[in-house]
Amino acid sequence: MRVELRRDVILPAQALEEIKAASDGAICVFDGVVRNNTRGRQTLFLDYEAYEEMALDQMRGLAAEALTKFPIRDVTLLHRFGRLEVGQTSVLIVVASAHRAAAFDACRWLIDTLKKTVPIWKKEHFADGAVWAAGEPFPDELVAAKETQR
Amino acid sequence: MRVNVLYFGTLKDLFASGRGAGEVIDLPDGATVGSLLSLLRAQTSKQSEVWRTLAVAVNQKYAALSTVLCEGDEVALLPPVSGGAQSRCGA
Repeated sequence: MRVELRRDVILPAQALEEIKAASDGAICVFDGVVRNNTRGRQTLFLDYEAYEEMALDQMRGLAAEALTKFPIRDVTLLHRFGRLEVGQTSVLIVVASAHRAAAFDACRWLIDTLKKTVPIWKKEHFADGAVWAAGEPFPDELVAAKETQR
Repeated sequence: MRVNVLYFGTLKDLFASGRGAGEVIDLPDGATVGSLLSLLRAQTSKQSEVWRTLAVAVNQKYAALSTVLCEGDEVALLPPVSGGAQSRCGA
């Protein structure tokens, strides 16, 4: 298991080669990249802010949970923070397993869960201003105010 | 007792006037996450959607409104997270 929250560039091809083992029949990769626009506004760059210790802790927890939840052999989970340029990888998930179904399932579960629970935020910088991206809603059990609304 | 409160994302902007990314707040003994949020909410004139959607972490673990705070706790106010690649609403 390899989990990193880092400022420097992520090289997907390298991570893919590093995880491979003889018993693997499938490597599933999710490469999240910075797009050049949001709803028609041209993106100049993104600035990712992380609650570093907690984010890394949550990422480690997710990778460990994926290893128990799915019949997979290994997981690499890398996320960047700081300034990212268009076309760069912001998050990379690599799952290795004997069979493809589990690799696909684990990869999908990891990115979907990461996007809801790992404390990282991005500010989108456009030619005409900057905004914090609207986040994914927290799962109900994590939203502080839900207790009083019930 | 005193707790260290941290603001992230859009909350940093909401509390930008003099507070920056964090501050030490004095609370009565036995105060909970809920009572801290009520206090902070009363202190800002700006009403924001974010109060209904935020999560709170105490010492880097997600916490409930009923969580009782202790001297020296690190309490982080977290708006909905937006890591990973771009969100689907941007698609």
